Amino acid sequence: MSLLAITNLSLSVHAAGILKDVSLSIDPGQIVAVTGESGSGKSMTALAVMQLLPNGARTAGSVLLDGKELLDRPEAEMCALRGASIGMVFQEPMTALNPVKTIGDQVMETILIHKAMPKDQAQDRAREVLTRVGLPPDKFPLGRYPHELSGGQRQRVVIAMAIALRPRLLIADEPTTALDVTTQAQILDLLKGLVSEYGMGLLMITHDLAVVAGMADRIVVMRRGEVVETGPTRHLLANMRHPYTRMLFEASSHQVSLPDATGRAPLLALNGVVRDYRLPRTKLFGDPGHHRAVDNVSFTLNRGERLGLVGESGCGKSTLTRAILGLEDVQQGQILLDGQPVFAGHRPNLEVRRKMQVVFQDPFGSFNPRHRVARLITEPFHLLQAPPTGSERQDRIAEMLTAVGLTPEDAGKYIHEFSGGQRQRIAIARALITRPQLILFDEAVSALDVSVRAQILDLLAELCAAYDLTYLFISHDLSVVRTITDRVMVMRAGRIVEQGETEQVFSDPQHPYTRALIAAAPRLPDFGRGAA
Amino acid sequence: MLRYSLKRLISLCLSLAVASVVIFAVIEVAPGDPASFMLGVNAQPDTLAALRAELGLDVPKHERYFNWVGGMLTGDFGTSYTYRTPVSDMIADRMWVSLPLALYALTLSTAIAFPAGIYAASRRGKPGDIAVMGATQLGIAVPNFWFAMMLVLIFAINLRLFNAGGFAGWEDGIWTGLHSLTLPAIALALPQAAILARVMRSALLDILGEDFMRTARAKGLSRRQALWRHGVRNALIPVLTIIGLQFSFLLAGAIIIEQVFYLPGLGRLVFQAISSRDLIVVESVVMLLVFAVIIVNFLVDLAYAAVDPRLRSRT
Repeated sequence: MSLLAITNLSLSVHAAGILKDVSLSIDPGQIVAVTGESGSGKSMTALAVMQLLPNGARTAGSVLLDGKELLDRPEAEMCALRGASIGMVFQEPMTALNPVKTIGDQVMETILIHKAMPKDQAQDRAREVLTRVGLPPDKFPLGRYPHELSGGQRQRVVIAMAIALRPRLLIADEPTTALDVTTQAQILDLLKGLVSEYGMGLLMITHDLAVVAGMADRIVVMRRGEVVETGPTRHLLANMRHPYTRMLFEASSHQVSLPDATGRAPLLALNGVVRDYRLPRTKLFGDPGHHRAVDNVSFTLNRGERLGLVGESGCGKSTLTRAILGLEDVQQGQILLDGQPVFAGHRPNLEVRRKMQVVFQDPFGSFNPRHRVARLITEPFHLLQAPPTGSERQDRIAEMLTAVGLTPEDAGKYIHEFSGGQRQRIAIARALITRPQLILFDEAVSALDVSVRAQILDLLAELCAAYDLTYLFISHDLSVVRTITDRVMVMRAGRIVEQGETEQVFSDPQHPYTRALIAAAPRLPDFGRGAA
Repeated sequence: MLRYSLKRLISLCLSLAVASVVIFAVIEVAPGDPASFMLGVNAQPDTLAALRAELGLDVPKHERYFNWVGGMLTGDFGTSYTYRTPVSDMIADRMWVSLPLALYALTLSTAIAFPAGIYAASRRGKPGDIAVMGATQLGIAVPNFWFAMMLVLIFAINLRLFNAGGFAGWEDGIWTGLHSLTLPAIALALPQAAILARVMRSALLDILGEDFMRTARAKGLSRRQALWRHGVRNALIPVLTIIGLQFSFLLAGAIIIEQVFYLPGLGRLVFQAISSRDLIVVESVVMLLVFAVIIVNFLVDLAYAAVDPRLRSRT
C-alpha cells in the first residue's frame, strides 16, 4: 500500500476550477517530484493534502494517507496529523519563520503541540533535530532569532520544524527556489539524506527540471491543473510522450544563437571601483567601520558586446549595477561610459545617464499601475534634451512595441492587463526606446517560467541582431548567462574572481569558486535532451 | 537592549531641550504684556515696572529662558500672573485628576479594543466581524461628548449609580476617586477603543496573511492557536504606536469631557490660562504635556524593542 495515494483529486475555489482529476502516489522512502509552470496547480495539490486550502475551496476525489481518507477529516484530526504525520517545508525561508520567536521555541512548538513532555526534554529534542539539519547548538543556540540567520540556515530551521517528529510524509514546496546554487545543493542533499534515513515519503514541488532530474524517483508533470505525464524519472526523461513535457525540457535548456559581437571599441570602462557602506557604530565615539560591497573592480565592456555577471546573493552584483547606473557614488575608482564619467563631482552625469537603460527582475513591481503603456515606455524620454513629440512619438511607441512582440494597440492598455512575460517585454521596450548605447539586465528573466524565459531570451537575440545591443546581463542563473553572453565575469565577495569568454569559462573554469558554482548548479541529464 | 534604551534616552533629552526652546519662543512672540493685562489699561508706569520686575519680565530674554528651565528642573514653575499662587501647586492639583483619568481611559480602551479587534480578525467577513466593525464605525463617528451626555442620562440621572459630575478627590480613598472618574473615562475611552480595535484588526489580518502563519498551521496548530501564539505579538507594533498617540491626546485633549463633567483637569486649566493671558501657566502646562508625550514615546519605543527582537539588535 502506498503511503500517500491521491486519486482523481479535483479542486475548485469559488467555482473556479483549479485541479482536475489529479492522481499520484508516493511510497515510503520515495521522492516524487511534481513539476510544471506557474498556475499548473502544483502548490494547490500540496495544500490539498495538508487541507490548508483557501476559503471557498471544494474538493472531490480521494487523498489517502496510509489508507485513510484525508479529505473528509474533521479539522481537529487534521491538526493532529499536520506536523506529526505530514511535515511541510515552504519556498520562502525569509518569511516562513515568526520573526519575534527564537528558533528553539519554534522547533519545540512542533514537538510540544503533539507530544506532552517536559520542556527541557523538548529542548533536548529540538537540539537533536537542529543538529541533524546542520545547525549544531554550540554554533546556533536555541535562543537565536530568525533575523540572525542566513536564508539557507533559516530553511534548515524550517526543515527541522517539519521533521522534528519524523513524519511519514514530507511535503517540500519549492524548497530551494529562493536560495543560491551552492546553498541549494546543500539543502537538496539534506532532504535526500533525511528521506533515506527516516524512510519518509517526499512530495517535492518544483518548477526547476534540473533539480527534479537529480532528485526524484518519479516525476509528475502538471499543466493547468491536470497531470499530463507521470513515470519513473529515468524512464520519463528518456521517452517524453507528452508534447508539453518535451516543451518544458527544451525550454529549460534553451539555447539562443547570438549574432557575432561587432566592434572592439570600449564603451563602458570600470577602473578600480570601490563601494563602501558605513556600518552602524559599535562604540559611541568609535569609528563606525565599513563594509566593502564592491572591492577594486575593473573591467571593460566593448561596444556590441554582451557581457555576463554571475555570483551569489550578497556578492555585490546589485551594488555594482547601481554604481554603473549612477544611482550611487563610489568611494574609489572611476566608471566611464563612452569616455565620460558616470558621476561628475558627486552628482550623476545626465549626459551619460541618457545613454543607458535598465531592465529589472520583477515584472510586477517595476511599473506604475496607474499609467498606460504608452506613458510607461516613454518615461526615459525625460532624459532627452529634445524628446520626440506628436506623431514621431507615436511612431516610436508603435515601433518599440512591435519590436518586442506586442502590438501598437497595446499602448492604450494598463499594465495589469498583461502577463509576466508580456510585462518583461514592455520593460525591454521601455529600455530600448531611447536607443541607449548600454542596457543593464538585472536578473531580468529570473522571475519567469521556463517557456516564457525561452521566448524572452529569443527576443533578446533578435533585438541584438536588429539593434546591435550592448548589454551587461546580471544573473545568478548560470545556464541563462551561458547562452546569452559572449563574455562572463564571476563575482564573489565584491571581487571579480574570474572573467573570460563565456564558453571558455564554463567549459574550463580556472578559479575554484567558479568550479564550485558550476558543480553546484543542477543540470539536466543528456538523455533527456537526446530524446527531445 | 541596553544600547537601544540608552540611545532612546539621549534622543528623549534632546527632544525636551528643543521643545523647551520652541515653546518659550512661541509664547514670547505672542502679543500682549502680562503685567499691563493684570493691572489694566490705567496702570501707573512705575507700578507696571515694579510688577514686571516682580514677575521677572525685566531681564533679557535668554536669561528668562534659563530662569524658566532652571526653575522647572527644581520644581519651581513660577507664579501665576492671575491667581498669584505657585504654578506648580495649580498643576499638581490638576495633574491628580488628568493623569488618572487618562490612564483609566486608556486601560478601558485597551481592554475593549484588544478582544474586539482579535475577535473581528479571527472571524473576518463573518457576522461577528461585521458587527464589531459596525460598532467601531459608530464609535469613531459619534463625538465623545455625546457619549458623555448619554452616560450621564442613563447612569447618573436614571439609574443613579454615578454622580453627574464633579470630582470627589482622593482623600476618601482610591475607590471614591475612581468612581467619580468612571463615566468620563468611559466617554473618553469609547471612541479611542473604536480606533484601536480597527487598528488591531487590520494589523492582525496583515499578519494572518504572512508565510509564518501558514508554517504554524502546517506544524499542526489550529487557527486559534496560530492566531494567539504567532499573530497577536506581531500585530502589536502598529497597535503600540496608536496607544502612544492616544495617551498623549487623552492627557491634554480631555477638555470637552472635563467641561461636561465639571472636572478640575489640565484641559480646563489651560483653557482658563489662555483666556486670561496667564502665560506662565500656559508655558508650564504645555511644557509638561510635551514632557509627558516624549516620555510616552520613549516608553513606546522600549515596548517596540520588547516585542520585536529585530529592533534590539539593530542599535
